[in-house]
Amino acid sequence: MDARSADGSSIGDPQVSGIATQPALNAVEGYFPTREQYPDLINQLKNDGFEMAVDLCAVDYLNHPGRELPEGIAPERFEVVVNLLSLSQRRRCRVRVQVPENDSVVASIFSAFAGVEAMEREAYDMFGVVFTDHPSLSRILMPEDWEGHPLRKDYGIGRVPVQFKEGPGPR
Amino acid sequence: MSDITPTTVRSIEREALLVAETSEGAQEMFRREQTGADELRRELGAVLKVDGRALDPNNIDVERDDDETMIINMGPSHPSTHGVLRIMLELDGETVLRSKPVIGYLHTGMEKTGEELSYVQGGTNVTRMDYLSPVTNELGYSMAVEKLLNIEVPERATWIRMMMSELNRMSSHLVWMATNGMDLGSTSMMIYGLRERELILAFFEKTAGLRLNLNYVRPGGVAADLPDGWQDDVEVICDTIWARTFEYDQLLTGQTIFRQRLEGVAAITAEEAIALSLTGPLLRSTGVPWDLRRTMPYLAYDQVEFDVITGTYGDNFDRYAIRLNEIRESVRIVRQCIEMMPAGDYRTQDPKVTPPPRARIDESMEALIHHFKLFTEGFHVPVGEVYSAIESPRGELGCYIVSDGGPKPYRIHVRAPSFVNLQAIPLLMRGGMMSDTITVISTIDPVMGEVDR
Repeated sequence: MDARSADGSSIGDPQVSGIATQPALNAVEGYFPTREQYPDLINQLKNDGFEMAVDLCAVDYLNHPGRELPEGIAPERFEVVVNLLSLSQRRRCRVRVQVPENDSVVASIFSAFAGVEAMEREAYDMFGVVFTDHPSLSRILMPEDWEGHPLRKDYGIGRVPVQFKEGPGPR
Repeated sequence: MSDITPTTVRSIEREALLVAETSEGAQEMFRREQTGADELRRELGAVLKVDGRALDPNNIDVERDDDETMIINMGPSHPSTHGVLRIMLELDGETVLRSKPVIGYLHTGMEKTGEELSYVQGGTNVTRMDYLSPVTNELGYSMAVEKLLNIEVPERATWIRMMMSELNRMSSHLVWMATNGMDLGSTSMMIYGLRERELILAFFEKTAGLRLNLNYVRPGGVAADLPDGWQDDVEVICDTIWARTFEYDQLLTGQTIFRQRLEGVAAITAEEAIALSLTGPLLRSTGVPWDLRRTMPYLAYDQVEFDVITGTYGDNFDRYAIRLNEIRESVRIVRQCIEMMPAGDYRTQDPKVTPPPRARIDESMEALIHHFKLFTEGFHVPVGEVYSAIESPRGELGCYIVSDGGPKPYRIHVRAPSFVNLQAIPLLMRGGMMSDTITVISTIDPVMGEVDR
């Protein structure tokens, strides 16, 4: 089933069948694969001329469930967002994968784009999304013994209360 | 306080204590028998998947016993690592076999902080990421917010932004020239680079009131108009720096020791650079003419003349030459900005994002309320998500913002070029000499504030 929107005909769209698409802002194509379709879609986009995975990050949609998604894509708590860049065609596209909370596992695209190694580690460190087949998935910014994943929405920002006299404060 | 560790622990216990306190666990590099095959291949730089070009992990280091090699730490507080970068090196004598950067020592959670600041305040946060080029950070952020808001920026604001970011590119590259000179033993270059940068910082102070973290570019325009007589100031900056770049040529470019330290060292091919998502001077040094100012023009870069500088060999010297020549190209752009600077508003007149003028606040209650609301609550941004990318001195600086319709970004992610470019370290250092690691770090030009955010 091709769930492409009616007006999704931007220049030279690669025809990826069976994957929901949506023209995102600024005429950037958006793809919404399921977790099973995701590695294949990435490989296909790479063959279509997107040579570089320029950015990969995760978003925690815990407090913002009502976002716009194409039909047939159920919103989940986490979303992994990959921005691909085509140097030869001078265009970008964005791939957004829904990752459920209770099974936050998604395939690594390290084998297609070696440059996402650090970015996937950052997404794991900050959100706890596990990338399978990543060469060494470990924390990258936080200390190794840190508990929790700081950019999750249910992770408090913490604050240091104003102390006018010397006294025990948190951390 | 009775639980003070006794100072008379035996050295073996002290060592164990120190290791436990400073260990980064799985983030570190381990001996080969403890490392997985995939990770070993990555650390050896065998990342290329182009047919027939994949590196053979065994082609420089034939099977060695682990007791012939050693793993040492460089950093995190090493004067040549440009901040708190720690690199673990596997050495055989003086040859680097594997390397792995360990980062996070400057992590302050700026993306988390960004979710707690309104769009008005956000500029003060992002400007502190890449502290050598604050204007480009603010520009990337502001352009992302403006795309979400769908507002137009006046022409004069666009040109002011372009001139300021080019001045900033000059100052950033000048600091790079200075620190690179320092790393290679030319302390005089350190002094000259910072001396020239001071000219630009003085102009920033005159324009924005601050020297380093300007918060000058804001959603909707810039914070203030250019000061009276700015043409003369900028003219002097251009003339001085243009002339001085040729003095750098005399001091460094033709200098034998300098060239021998850089030429042919740490070469990288275009395929490798693209596979590792490298951008900026690192990518251009391999001969790929990819500069977002030219290939995906933003601001008014399609109306000015400049050249995209590319290298040929992808070695350290190419990266040096690119940065030196980019200073000259920036001077060219800034000179065109002086000539072509249009008149008009320096910020949009959309009352949604722009506060009323100061004089109105004195006479109008509504203006006062408007001003108060804008700076306490901030403006609401329509629901959506956007990725906006610009060319910072270090490469593609992207800003991904998700908005839930409120006055604060729901998620703000900055694609920091230094963070991604650091991935080139294992590939660039492999097989090189210990002393070349310094030049490799230097020519990657990481800014740790941006790497760790």
